[in-house]
Amino acid sequence: MDDQELIKAFKPAPEKDFSSEELSEDELLRLRHAGIELNTDKKAGSFLQINQAVKHCQAVPEGVEILPIKEALKKYDGLKDYWWKAVEKDKDAFTKEADQDLDNGYFIRIKKGAVVNYPIQSCLYIRDEGISQKVHNIVIVEEGAKANIITGCTTHPHLKSGLHIGVSEFFIEKGAYLIFTMIHNWAEDVYVRPRTGIILKERSVFVSNYISLKGVKSVQTFPTAYLNGEGAMASFNSVVVAPKGSSLDLGSRVVLNAPKSKAEIISRTISYGGSVYARGHLIGKAKEIKAHLECQGLMLSKSGVIRAIPELEAHVPDVDMSHEAAVGRIAQEEIEYLMARGLSDEEAVSTIVRGFLNVKIEGLPPELDDEIQEVVKECQKGM
Amino acid sequence: MLHIEDLWVEVHGKEVLKGINLHINQGETHCLFGKNGSGKTTLLMTIMGFSGYKVKQGRITFKGEDITYMPTNQRAKLGIGISFQRPPTLRGVKLIDLLTICAGSKEIGQGLAKLYGFDHFLERDVNLGFSGGEIKKSELLQLLAQNPDLVLLDEPESGVDIENLQIIAEMIRKLLQKDRRRNRTKSGLIITHTGFILNYVTADKGHVMLDGKIRCEGNPVEIFQGIQKFGYLECVQCNM
Repeated sequence: MDDQELIKAFKPAPEKDFSSEELSEDELLRLRHAGIELNTDKKAGSFLQINQAVKHCQAVPEGVEILPIKEALKKYDGLKDYWWKAVEKDKDAFTKEADQDLDNGYFIRIKKGAVVNYPIQSCLYIRDEGISQKVHNIVIVEEGAKANIITGCTTHPHLKSGLHIGVSEFFIEKGAYLIFTMIHNWAEDVYVRPRTGIILKERSVFVSNYISLKGVKSVQTFPTAYLNGEGAMASFNSVVVAPKGSSLDLGSRVVLNAPKSKAEIISRTISYGGSVYARGHLIGKAKEIKAHLECQGLMLSKSGVIRAIPELEAHVPDVDMSHEAAVGRIAQEEIEYLMARGLSDEEAVSTIVRGFLNVKIEGLPPELDDEIQEVVKECQKGM
Repeated sequence: MLHIEDLWVEVHGKEVLKGINLHINQGETHCLFGKNGSGKTTLLMTIMGFSGYKVKQGRITFKGEDITYMPTNQRAKLGIGISFQRPPTLRGVKLIDLLTICAGSKEIGQGLAKLYGFDHFLERDVNLGFSGGEIKKSELLQLLAQNPDLVLLDEPESGVDIENLQIIAEMIRKLLQKDRRRNRTKSGLIITHTGFILNYVTADKGHVMLDGKIRCEGNPVEIFQGIQKFGYLECVQCNM
């Protein structure tokens, strides 16, 4: 199936208003498994889009502005300095589709100097079978501001298939700092095509955490960060599990355009039957940059495949770039090390897998830990 | 406590141990000397029961139980503990998690780490980026948390600077109840290359290994002095 066929295979989300509908307990639990806890005081704001419609959008502290993107486009005169500035509009069939038939998306702005302690939650939720959801998000972190965004992407507990196209553009201004955590918790026949660009100015920092623990038909993504200001830094961490039937093509790219900028890509992948590409691409274009790439893959079953494809590209002499990649089964030596401390074979394996999947990120609901426990159990079955 | 009789062991199809006999009584500390490749580490690994160390002949008994083919974790439960020379890195597994596994309680792990000035490593991934000395401290902390009756130490002083050697020695002395003069219940088997550890930890008996066999037994300090003076070969010959 080519890209056009894939888009045509799913119907556009029908116009529907969810504002008076309550989410069921099942659905709220599903959201928590995607990192989103709607009923908490410990958040700086939240955004929830169901299918094509924004159900909920609210900012708590003064320094945070959250709007549905369609409103922001009106309010800010088409967001001319940002709209399609970090991702190319004509990049592929999916960006074109998002441009021509946009459902909605979020606009998050952290105002100059604002330091937001609690996370901002955003959730993109597909509730109806067989539809596509097309979003375009803009995140602006103004000079010196600091924030933490958790995005959960998920589907209704009984839904099987769907298509999610998500364009996200980030602008991290001078000295600003953003931790962006994205949790994918899709269903087994869902196709996902995120298209992400991040532009960083002087001394700004962007930390991305990507977590996908559940089955999904196909994800293809390759977020690209442009370090355009001196001393800027981007760090991509991903923890990905591919059960049977999942096909994940994941990468991160950092273009180090400014001197003394830094990049780090660390990916940890487990396959128990699924197929994963773990790509990483670092492009050094300025002096005194430092960039490191690390891919760790664990194959826990006889079927499935992990392909680690690290790529380093230096355009000037004065750069420090490195990568390491290791793919295979759990080392017997590690298992026996733990057995020498008294653990059984199975306990040792689960301790190692749990460590491998260890994601301690502030602001994530405890349900995510349950999710990890479940994966550990599943992984053991395949051993 | 530990009795090894006529032990023959193969590693990757190669005969490494060729008829080892070794007896360690309760409360005794033994030292194992020998050149690189003589089979010292193989002996420790075989006592602990790691895969890849294939017993072809002979028997190992511990506390009266035949453990020759017992799984590693059951040997650990029975009271054998080992400090590795080069342990693997466990990504995402924090040192405190491992100490909790060893001690069965988080508090004991935390208390021990604090006691030996290692508490700032508790939240770090086990062995990730640890220096030589830090690895040894982490290994010995795990053993202290585990509190085994038979302690197997593979070159506990290698890669450790003088300052840390004192702390390492203190930990080993604690493991082997060296501050008691009598009624020691803990036994130890220590591989030492440099013999430095003998300055800090007294041993009851020394053995020299050569080409997979124990060729000499006796007072550990005297043996070590002999090795320093004449090298391994002479030392072995003079006692044959």
